[in-house]
Amino acid sequence: MRIAGDFQIGEMPVFTGLDLALEPGEWTCLLGPSGVGKSTILRLLAGLETGGRFRGSLTAPDRPAYMAQSDLLAPWLDVTGNVTLGPKLRGETPDLARARALIAEVGLAGHESKRPAELSGGMRQRAALARTLMEDRPVVLLDEPFSALDAATRAACQELAFRLLEGRTVLLVTHDPGEAARLGHRVHLLAKHGIAETLLPDGPPIRPAMAPETLSAQATLFEQVRAA
Amino acid sequence: MKRLVSPLITLALIVAVWQAVIWLTGVRRFILPDPWSVAEALWRHRASLAEHTVTTLTEIVLGILIAVTLGMLTALLLMASKTARERGQILLVITQALPVFALAPILTLWLGYGLWSKIAMASLIIYFPVTVTFFDGLRRTDPGLLDLARVMGGTPRRILWLIRAPSALPALASGLKLAAVYAPIGAVIGEWVGASHGLGYLMLRANGEVKTDLMFACVIVLAALAVTLHALVSAFAARLAGWRPESADQPESAQSQ
Repeated sequence: MRIAGDFQIGEMPVFTGLDLALEPGEWTCLLGPSGVGKSTILRLLAGLETGGRFRGSLTAPDRPAYMAQSDLLAPWLDVTGNVTLGPKLRGETPDLARARALIAEVGLAGHESKRPAELSGGMRQRAALARTLMEDRPVVLLDEPFSALDAATRAACQELAFRLLEGRTVLLVTHDPGEAARLGHRVHLLAKHGIAETLLPDGPPIRPAMAPETLSAQATLFEQVRAA
Repeated sequence: MKRLVSPLITLALIVAVWQAVIWLTGVRRFILPDPWSVAEALWRHRASLAEHTVTTLTEIVLGILIAVTLGMLTALLLMASKTARERGQILLVITQALPVFALAPILTLWLGYGLWSKIAMASLIIYFPVTVTFFDGLRRTDPGLLDLARVMGGTPRRILWLIRAPSALPALASGLKLAAVYAPIGAVIGEWVGASHGLGYLMLRANGEVKTDLMFACVIVLAALAVTLHALVSAFAARLAGWRPESADQPESAQSQ
């Protein structure tokens, strides 16, 4: 999976000379301040409308799974209905036993018949994770999925997602250096002047949030984001 | 209890003002009858009022059913096809711009003096609000949810049916509430233009015979009909839009509690 090229909205270039490859089976973090086109890259990979023009080469995954900053749960469907939305949209019969198992796996057993309004923010994002897992795709695109959660819930959701998405190729778009330092096999820093891969501590993710190496990597990434 | 008491207080106030106007101005009975004689007329003519109410109610209910079905289909069609959107919207506006009063004689000419010309009138008057509210709801579906549905591989038709249509139901509910209030107007106009049954016809006849008290009795029945219909449709609409929280009765600031 690789995306290389330039993107502009109208006559305004958003990024030029981008070259980003996703390593199979790894978490690639795309870190950067707002407005540099992180989400655009993810949308291009997802095959979604971007409102601009991309020139370059793009090997997009075949139907990735997608998770966004807001949970995007349909408010009129209960948890089971939301988790099985993908198969229904494709005209397939949803595997209800699998849906139930996934809902239990994200810790929502007993909440299957609740609507999103009855769930907390963390529970909703876990329901969204179950829906993402239900899609069972090799490539998963995550667009700041944990950024709206409080610190403790965010850490718990990061650990859950990392465990359950094991073995899949994940692109995580984030503006949080701490998140990138914990979760990334690789971190690419996207700034106005281009994209660069930055160094991370030795050892595979998921890294303990409070370990000195993680914290120092977080500090380094934070400096780089500020300078970008 | 409170839900019943508040409207009753309003009603009592209206009757009090009505009676006060008569006492203060000494207006003649055939111009403005007093509440008591209207109540008497209601009781005296209960059989014929009931019979004509059934006619008008049938027209209203059938009119609503037809217009809601056609309106929803139109909105779905407008959403599904760009050509329909470009060409159809002007047609939609025209249906609302046409003065229904002016159309009434033609509809009576075409559809006869029976039920159907009135049903057509009622339908015509509510077709636009139903179509426009549902169409607006379809258009205002959460773009993020639509993105997700596209990534999931949903076909446009399934996205319309499984995502857009359910998320437009609260908007449709608003349209239905409007329809419940407007539909009686259409039916009564139709009855004025030419009919041998219905509350509109009875009103016209009472007017001709200077039975002002019966006239007012008709108006009261019609109002009660509209209020009941609105309450029923609102209850149904609340079920349609049950997943969307309402905030009208919540205080705007902490102090007001």
